[in-house]
Parts: sequence; structure tokens; C-alpha cells
Amino acid sequence: MIFQKYAAPKYFYPLAGKCLPWFAWLSVLALATGLYLGLFVAPPDYQQGETVRIMFVHVPAAWMSMFVYALMAGAAAIGLVWKIKLTDTFIVASAPIGASFTLLALLTGSLWGKPMWGAWWVWDARLTSELILLFLYLGFMSLQSAIDDPRRAARAGAILLLIGVINLPVIHYSVEWWNTLHQPASVARIDGPRIHSSILIPLLVMAVAFKLFFINVVLIRMRSAILDNEADSRWLKEQGA
Amino acid sequence: MNWGEFFNMGGYAFYVWGSYLLTTAILGLNIWLPLRKYRAQQKKIRHANETTS
Repeated sequence: MIFQKYAAPKYFYPLAGKCLPWFAWLSVLALATGLYLGLFVAPPDYQQGETVRIMFVHVPAAWMSMFVYALMAGAAAIGLVWKIKLTDTFIVASAPIGASFTLLALLTGSLWGKPMWGAWWVWDARLTSELILLFLYLGFMSLQSAIDDPRRAARAGAILLLIGVINLPVIHYSVEWWNTLHQPASVARIDGPRIHSSILIPLLVMAVAFKLFFINVVLIRMRSAILDNEADSRWLKEQGA
Repeated sequence: MNWGEFFNMGGYAFYVWGSYLLTTAILGLNIWLPLRKYRAQQKKIRHANETTS
């Protein structure tokens, strides 16, 4: 199977190296387009004025915080069942990126909350569950550094990630289940997005840009980890870095 | 378009530009730190290959 072949570091390493420049250029292009549309083309909101531009970084960061966690948990499940080493490499490489997107979502949310709600922080269901997500990431990372045996660390980490998945629907539905200050979803709705295309398009372009950026960083981190783990492998010596 | 008005962001300059500045800092660190490590590793391996062959 082709997937199994490329899950071997020997094949994954050069493949990732070939893909990297493409993802690098695509993410630069998407970021530049998204920033141009978000800062220059999108109109100010009739209620929130220019602060609505914070949304173009806040919402993609928040989506990424959940998306990366879902990917990590999915990889953890695959790793537990099929014992593929590459899934552990992926999970460990993704954790700091996911954590930093979560932090970014919280910080930009705070900068948006102050002028619109009058408070940097409120113990609202959406904000609290997103903060729990940050603690899940940090918990996973400290668990990894606390356990020396890499296989035991991977197992313990996978279990933590899978238990923490319960927090994802809580974050998503928090604005419906509880009476929150945070506004309800306007894009990821069953009946379709409820925002005008002049704001929706820059938002989606920024979301794509953040995803491409993640792929970029995760590939670099994975190649780094492979270099660390396989320093003595013959394939690496023959192929060269 | 008026640049002064643009930078003022309707009086919300601190919040809007603060958000974009934080985004730049966090994305920047995310790419810079792993890339620095990765380049150092590659340099070391290339160096080792040159001395052994």
C-alpha cells in the first residue's frame, strides 16, 4: 500500500522535502491575498466598525486550534491501532503549533473583547472551553517531556488526546448550549454561512493560509525529528540530508 | 485611500494592529525556531558526510 510505504521515514523524509517549497510559496501567496482582502477590501462592520478585521486572524486561529487537535487525536487513534511510528512524529510535531494557535485565538479574542464587550476576559463557556484546549495541549507536551521511553510517552499521549476530544464539541456548541457573551457561529452552520461574501471570502482565504502554514511548519518539524531519531540509519547516510 | 485613517482603524488601532502584530509574532516564531534547528542539523550532517567520504 502506498500509504504504508510513505509512512516509513526513509520515504517520507525526501517526499516531505520535495513538498516543502510548494507549500511555502502557496502559504505566502494565500497569506498575502488574505491580508490584502482583509485589511483593504473588506468593509467595516455596521455594528463593530473596524474591529471586525480582528476576525480575519482570530477566527482562523481558533479554527486551527481545533483542527490541529482533531488531526492529532485522529493520528493518535491510528497510531494506537496500527503502530505506525510516523503518527507519533506527526503528533509531537503538531502539538506546539496547535498550542500556539490556541494562544493566538485567546489573545486576539481578548483584544476584540475589550473594545466590544468592555472586558479583556470573561468566564464564558466559549472562552473557558478554549482555555481548557490550551491546557490539553500544554498537558500533552509536558507529558511527552516527562516520560523518557518514547513508546510509553506516545501511548500515554495518545490516551490523553483521545480523552480530550470531548472538549471539541463542547467548544463548538458552547455558544448554543450556554448563554454566552461570545457571538454564535456565522460560518460553520448547517443552513450555510450567514455573513456577506465581502467578509466571508477574506476569512476563508486566511483560513486556507493558516492551514498551509501549518503543513509547512509540521513538515519542517517532522523532518527535524526524523534527523534526530534516524541519525545513525544507513538510508540517511546514503541519501544525505 | 487615506493612510492616516487606515492606520487609525476608526479609533481601534491598538486592538486591530495589536492583533495583527501578535499574529505576526506567533507565526514568525513558529516558522523561525524549527527552521533554525533544521538548518543546523542539515549543516552538521553535510559536514559529517564530507569528513567521512
